[in-house]
Amino acid sequence: MAELTAKDFRTDQEVRWCPGCGDYAILAAMQSFMPELGIDRERTVFISGIGCAARFPYYMNTYGMHSIHGRAPAIATGLAVSRPDLSVWVVTGDGDALSIGGNHLIHALRRNVNLKILLFNNKIYGLTKGQYSPTSELGMVTKSTPMGSLDWPFNPLSLAIGAEATFVARAIDTDKAGMSDVLRAAAEHRGSAFVEIFQNCPIFNDDAWEFVRDDKEGVNRIALRTGEPIRFGKDGSKALRQRSDGYIEVCAGDDGGILHHDEAHETPALAFALTRVTQATHGGTPIGVFRNVQRPVYDDLMAEQLATAEEKRGKGDLAELLHSGETWTIS
Amino acid sequence: MAKPVEQLSQVIVRFAGDSGDGMQLTGAQFTTETALLGNDLSTLPDFPAEIRAPAGSLPGVSGFQVHFADHDILTPGDQPNVLVAMNPAALKTNLKDLPKGGTLIVNSDAFNDRNLQKASYAANPLEDGSLDEYQVHAVPLTTLTVGALKGVEGVTPREAERSKNMFALGLMSWLYGRSIDPSIEFLETKFGKRRPEIAAANVKALQAGYAFGETTETFAVTYEVKPAKLKPGTYRNITGNQALSYGLIAASRLSGLPLFLGAYPITPASAILEELAGFKNFDVRTFQAEDEIAAAGAAVGASFGGMLGVTTSAGPGIVLKAETIGLAIMLELPLVICDIQRAGPSTGMPTKPEQGDLLMVMFGRNGESPVPVVAARSPSDCFDAAVEACRIALKYRTPVYLLSDAYLANGSEPWLLPDVDTLPDISTTFATKPNGDDGEFLPYLRDEQTLARPWALPGTPGLEHRVGGLEKADRTGNISYDPDNHDLMTRLRAQKVAGIAADMPLLEVDDPDGDASVLVLGWGGTYGPIAAACKRVRRGGRRVAHAHLRHLNPLPRNTGEVLRAYDHVLVPEMNLGQLLKLVRAEFLVDAVGYNRVRGLPLRAAEVADAIEALVDQ
Repeated sequence: MAELTAKDFRTDQEVRWCPGCGDYAILAAMQSFMPELGIDRERTVFISGIGCAARFPYYMNTYGMHSIHGRAPAIATGLAVSRPDLSVWVVTGDGDALSIGGNHLIHALRRNVNLKILLFNNKIYGLTKGQYSPTSELGMVTKSTPMGSLDWPFNPLSLAIGAEATFVARAIDTDKAGMSDVLRAAAEHRGSAFVEIFQNCPIFNDDAWEFVRDDKEGVNRIALRTGEPIRFGKDGSKALRQRSDGYIEVCAGDDGGILHHDEAHETPALAFALTRVTQATHGGTPIGVFRNVQRPVYDDLMAEQLATAEEKRGKGDLAELLHSGETWTIS
Repeated sequence: MAKPVEQLSQVIVRFAGDSGDGMQLTGAQFTTETALLGNDLSTLPDFPAEIRAPAGSLPGVSGFQVHFADHDILTPGDQPNVLVAMNPAALKTNLKDLPKGGTLIVNSDAFNDRNLQKASYAANPLEDGSLDEYQVHAVPLTTLTVGALKGVEGVTPREAERSKNMFALGLMSWLYGRSIDPSIEFLETKFGKRRPEIAAANVKALQAGYAFGETTETFAVTYEVKPAKLKPGTYRNITGNQALSYGLIAASRLSGLPLFLGAYPITPASAILEELAGFKNFDVRTFQAEDEIAAAGAAVGASFGGMLGVTTSAGPGIVLKAETIGLAIMLELPLVICDIQRAGPSTGMPTKPEQGDLLMVMFGRNGESPVPVVAARSPSDCFDAAVEACRIALKYRTPVYLLSDAYLANGSEPWLLPDVDTLPDISTTFATKPNGDDGEFLPYLRDEQTLARPWALPGTPGLEHRVGGLEKADRTGNISYDPDNHDLMTRLRAQKVAGIAADMPLLEVDDPDGDASVLVLGWGGTYGPIAAACKRVRRGGRRVAHAHLRHLNPLPRNTGEVLRAYDHVLVPEMNLGQLLKLVRAEFLVDAVGYNRVRGLPLRAAEVADAIEALVDQ
């Protein structure tokens, strides 16, 4: 079979996002990254809910389903569990995944179903034209919050780790190389992989991620690389260090006791502490894989139970089943 | 010396006691003994939603009614002939159903001051003459049981006392000439391994109850109900939920598709999830989801992947699934949704039956969203109804509702086991190659006859396509906002469902005299009471016809013709007139309803009265 290229993953459908939308960059990155995975197009499935991001499957020349608001993780669970031969991806947004679909998201993560969940976070409801979302900051003025939002926002990565996610990462829509690295790691991870992608909505919440999207100096992105000390800022002048109470603080790049990243750390505490490092509180934003650990995968466990049942009791026989229990015969 | 044996053609026994008294188990075992003896039977468990309401209280009473006969019977019976009451609360809540002259067996030990007070009795009914019109057998069941179990090692006094239900079972088994061997076997299997002393205690209580009947002077005669002359074949007793589960497994086998069940625990549907979870060797995947929505969603996902996707629930869960069912209508993928109806609205009465969901399953979705609806008429019929629902879903690529109710779910009856080879072939085909003129795949190019669209599974090369909830362009399935296309697609979806009528049997009418002026039209779980009522009316010399709907959407193609052939149409339902509304609207027939929403099956005698009133009009 000829090797696939990005073009093979494009569909004939006109892409209908607003000009300048971060989704274009994510789509382009995904289309050029997919051939690398070496998975047949027909074995790849994209499932989405509702929202701007949810149009994604229409533009990927694979199998796909644009489903209903918030339910994509549930639908994808049914598919992944039934068809372990498929590579199943969920594309969702901050409203879809964290508001109406919050329940499905956390349960998919805790079960560790073999799904790759990509959350395009733009901190706003775009398709409904500009209401605040569960990731909008307190006080944010939007169409539905003229005096400022009263809601304390979710931190999607903290939530995912709290929900027992085995793979948690963050990428930026315009950072094609970084995103490809994260997606590759997610694809290679067996189990649920959760990736937050900072995505810009130029219409309703422009420049929400400008500090890392347009970080020309490279001072705001904090690259997480397992085994390496976590330094950032101009020429690595700043670094992260973990206090004895677990809180991660900023110190000078040449201070002692600089935190070394360990995505496979046994407990989720380190990854969680890293998710609390934000631009507002620390002057930097971690990007990359926060957590990546192995745990039994729901689909595999179910397949094992089916195999065990058949091994112990033999392949089910319908006539035998109907005649099981107490029977009597009338002649 | 053996006591005289009196012949009876039918008996209705109701066991009633505290939720902790084990009445469901007692009733179920009495039923098994009865089934193995060859009587026809029908059962009605009636229990509170509370697992253990305060002991001795009125809300904590749990009952199990079993009707058995030497002939074909249709219902668990309106009123018992024999009431076994394990405490004052059970007597208080059930006595009103026992006709005067009926037999009453009570555990006299339980009639102490505390229990009498809990049941709001000012005086002990066993002593104040208020039960004079009944044949009362006051038996100190607790004392006798504890006495019989003296010397059984390893059993606490509390455990000994709790075996009194088996003493009662033994006594009733003796009274009606049932062998207790099947119950002994059951107890030994149930407790033998883990707590052999409990098995021994229960078996001993059972035997003591049986022996008590033989020796006591309280009971002068014993009764015999001869085996019924049923159709030849092999039978087993089965509840509706069990039959429905087997029907789904059978449909999976008959279609060649693995079964995927998405479910969330809810009364009275949970037993289906539990039952199916035990059949993983049939390639059955059961998924207990985080909520009702996810349960339906996962089933749709499984269906997209080529499984037979099923979700089960009751009304309060079905309302949550409506959105997903709408998606399945748009995706045109098979999905079977089982609604085990219970009394509503809201939480309603979780353990009690009602037919209140018909209009919800017909219309409870946004937009023009037709869904075929199939209903089961009796516990064992849940098997055939499940196979039929799956057949329609697979052939027409559509969600299908399967309606049962709390009575069918928990009630039981003998089931003439079908020959597996005679079950219908419901196999389906998947798309394997492009179907367009230019070598492209058109996911919404329909089969000319069924209007079903091709089902192309992920993993099939060359057929990659996207589906979704947005309106589809005809043939291509691309997103379309074109006005004429939406009009066309809306009509095509409606036509597809309406067209199923051509593939269904005609509505049969039971009109033995052929010249009745009144037709009784029923659907679903009221079949037993309506058929029994018709028999009763005919015995009284009047004529009446009965038709019972298996398919509620679409209706059989001769429905209008059948309805118009009678002067009067009576539609008895356990709701306030939902089918009535449909047939009046659809056929402009001046049908009238007979409606009761008591959380209990309709009473045959009352339905008969309603029929007679109409016949005599």
